[in-house]
Amino acid sequence: MANDKMIYILGFAVVAIMVVGILVFVPGDFGGSDDSGGEAAEEAGYVPWLTDWIDAVYGELPGEIESLLFALQAGIGAVIIGYFIGANSARKKATGSAMPQ
Amino acid sequence: MHIMEGYLDPMWCVVWFVVMAPFFIFGVIKLRKILAEHPEQKMVVALSGAFIFLLSSLKLPSVTGSCSHPTGTGIAVVFYGVGVCAVLSTIVLLFQALLLAHGGFTTLGANCVSMGIIGPLIGLIFWKILRGANAPVFVSMFVAAFFADLMTYVVTAFQMSLNLMTSVGADFMDALVEMLSIYAVTQIPLAIVEGIVLGMFAHYLATSRADIFEIADNNKLNPFSTEA
Repeated sequence: MANDKMIYILGFAVVAIMVVGILVFVPGDFGGSDDSGGEAAEEAGYVPWLTDWIDAVYGELPGEIESLLFALQAGIGAVIIGYFIGANSARKKATGSAMPQ
Repeated sequence: MHIMEGYLDPMWCVVWFVVMAPFFIFGVIKLRKILAEHPEQKMVVALSGAFIFLLSSLKLPSVTGSCSHPTGTGIAVVFYGVGVCAVLSTIVLLFQALLLAHGGFTTLGANCVSMGIIGPLIGLIFWKILRGANAPVFVSMFVAAFFADLMTYVVTAFQMSLNLMTSVGADFMDALVEMLSIYAVTQIPLAIVEGIVLGMFAHYLATSRADIFEIADNNKLNPFSTEA
C-alpha cells in the first residue's frame, strides 16, 4: 500500500512540475492550438464557410463565460469520478475487502 | 483537436460523418447491450465518460507556447472498445459544440473520427500488446492513453491538410508538416500528462476493483464486435 501511495504522489508531482515548468520556462502567449490550426488554414488561403452558432446568434462568447462553461464540464466529470471513488471506498469498509459484489 | 465550425469543406464533413457512422452505430448497439445485460457496469461506463468530460475540458500549457487539451479517452476504449468510446466522445463533442461553440456540428464527424475512433483504436492496440506481454497496469495505460491522445491530434492534422489540399490547392505534405507542428508537437507533453493521470487511475482500479479488469481483458480490439 505504501508503494501505491508513492505512485500517486510521484504521478501528481510530475504532472504539477511539468505544467508549472512549461508555464515558467517557455515563452508564448498560450493561446489555444485549436484556434492556431484554424488560423494556419486561413493563412493558407482557406475561407471558413460557416461560423459557429453562438457567434451567429449572440456574438463572441466572453472569456469569463467560456471558462465558466469549461469549468462546468470539468465539474460534471469530476463529480462522477469522485462518486465512484467514494462508493468504492464505502464498499471496501462495509465488506472489509475489495471483492466483487 | 477540435476543428472549428466552417473549417472543413462540406464534402469532407460528409466524408468524416460516413467514416464515423458504422463505429457509432456498433457503439450504440454494444452500449445498450452492456446496460441491459450488465447493469452493474453502469457506473464504470459513466466513469469512462466522466474522464472524457474532465480531461477534455482542461486546457494545459505546452512547450510550443500554446495551450491544448487532453482527450481522456483511454479508460473508455480499454474497457469498452472503440465503438463505445466513439459514442461517449460524441456526447462530449456535442456538449462543447452546443454550449461552448468549441468544435462544431458540421465538423462533429471529423472530430469524432480523430478523438473517438482512430486515436483510441491505436491506444487500444498498444494496451493489448502490453497487457499480452504482462506489462504492469500503470505502464500499459500510460502508453495507451499517450497514443490515444497524440494520435487524435495527428489525425486532426491529416484532416485539416486534406481539406487544404482540395480547397485551396495547398501542397499536402507542406500543409501536413505545418499542421503537425501546430497540433502534434503541442500535444506531446499533454499526452504524457494524460498518460500519467489515466495510468494512476487504472492502477487504482486494478488494486481496488480487480473485477473491473475482467471487462478490459474480455474487451475486443474489433470495433464491430458487439459482444458485451
